[in-house]
Amino acid sequence: MDVDQIRMALGGNRRSLARTLTNIENGTVTIQEIRSLLGDNDSTIKSNAWGSLAITGAPGVGKSCLIDKLLKIWAQQGNKIALLAIDPSSPRTGGALLGDRVRITSIDNEAIKNQIYIRSIATRKSSGSVPLIVADMIDFLHMAKWDKVVIETVGSGQSEVRCAAIADRIVVVEGPARGDGVQAEKAGLLELADAVIVNKSDLPGASKHAEELLESFELGLGDVPPVMLTSALNEIGVDEAAKVLIQLVDSGRSVRARWRERLLAHNERKILESPKLEEILASLAVGSISIDEAVRTLSGE
Amino acid sequence: MASNIRIVIAKPGLDGHDRGAKVVARTLRDAGHEVIYTGLRRTAKQIVETVRDEDARFLGLSSLSGAHNHLFPRVCELLVEEGLSDVIVFGGGIIPEDDRPALHDCGIRAIFGPGTPTDEILEFIQTASSMKNVGVGGDGNWNWQSTA
Repeated sequence: MDVDQIRMALGGNRRSLARTLTNIENGTVTIQEIRSLLGDNDSTIKSNAWGSLAITGAPGVGKSCLIDKLLKIWAQQGNKIALLAIDPSSPRTGGALLGDRVRITSIDNEAIKNQIYIRSIATRKSSGSVPLIVADMIDFLHMAKWDKVVIETVGSGQSEVRCAAIADRIVVVEGPARGDGVQAEKAGLLELADAVIVNKSDLPGASKHAEELLESFELGLGDVPPVMLTSALNEIGVDEAAKVLIQLVDSGRSVRARWRERLLAHNERKILESPKLEEILASLAVGSISIDEAVRTLSGE
Repeated sequence: MASNIRIVIAKPGLDGHDRGAKVVARTLRDAGHEVIYTGLRRTAKQIVETVRDEDARFLGLSSLSGAHNHLFPRVCELLVEEGLSDVIVFGGGIIPEDDRPALHDCGIRAIFGPGTPTDEILEFIQTASSMKNVGVGGDGNWNWQSTA
C-alpha cells in the first residue's frame, strides 16, 4: 500500500485520488486498510444530508444530459461533486467503452472544474447496474472531502434496483410517453425512488406521465416522493430540480429493500470473487455438476 | 496485467472525423480493455485532465486535421507538467512519415497510419505495458516500428 499516495489523495491531489480509486477498484487496497492506516474508525456522522445519490433510469431518457446541468448548478453553489459514471463491461471479453464523459461539458467550465471530479467505471464482473466496490470508492471520496457523490447507473430497466444497495438516495429519471397508465402501477424501481424526474418535458406526453406517476404514488403507502418535470436540453425546470434534489430527504420507503439489495450484492460478490468460480463454470458448461452442487461448493458447504 | 488496462482515446483540436478513433476504441474494448472516449474537439488541457482523473495508463491521440505537429507535443508537455510522465502515449491519423521522428522525440511511442492492422495496435499495447521507462516522460528511446 502506497501510504504517501493515499495521504496526497486526501490532501487534494487529483492524480493520487484517481490512482487510489483504481487500487480500490482493483482490490489491491481495501477501504478498511486505508481507515486503519489513518486511525479513522468510520466516524461518518449520520446526518439527514445525503452523501451519495444514484441517478438511474432507462437508456436514452437523458440521464447524462440532466446530470451535466445538475453538476453545473451544484458546483456553482460551492459544492464539491464527484460523478461516478458507470457503463457496462462486455460479458464476453470483459472490455468496456466508457463514453459518459462525452456528454458532460460542465467540467470544461474553468470557473467550476476544480469542484467537479468525474470517473468512468466499468461494471466488470458485476451483474447489476452498479458494482458493489463502488460503495468503497464512495467512502474514499468522502474521506477526501468530495462530500456529494453522484452515481450515474447503467441505463436500467424496471426491475434493476441494485443501486439501492449503495446510494443514500435514488432518483429515477423517466421520459415522456413511457407506455400507458398501467406502467406506472407496475412493481419495481419506482417503488424505491426518493424522487422521480420526467425529463424531455418539451415533448408531448411528459406532463401526463408525471400525473400518472403521482397518482400511482398517492395510492401507495408512505410519503409521496417529489415528481418533477425537466427539459435538461433546454434547461427548463432544472434549477428547481437541483434545489429539491440537493436537500432530498430519505423517503424511508425502502429501508428493508435496501438491506435486501445489500445482502444480495454481497452474496454475489462472494461468488464472483471465489477462486473456484472458473472451475465451477467449466464443470457446469460440460454438465458434470448441477447448479445445486455449484451453489453448495461456492457457499463453502 | 494484460486485461483491464485503462486507455483514453482522444481527439484533440478542430477535427470532426472520429471513425478511426472509434475503430481503435472498439478494437481495444474487444481485447478486454477499458476505453474512455473523450469525444470530439478537446483541448490539450482537457485531454490531460481526463487522463489524470481517469487514471489511464495509455493515451491514444487521433488527428486528421494536419495540426498534429502542434497538438501532440502540447499534450505530451502538459502530461509531464501534471506529473503524468508514466502515461504511455500513441498517435494515429494522417501523420506524414517526415513528421514522425519529431513526435517520437516528444515521447510518443507509436504512430499508426491508415491501414494499420488492428492486431498491431493490440500488440503495441501489450508490449509497451510490460516495458519500463516508456511513459511520455521516460528517457528510454524505444519506439514501435509501425507498418503503416
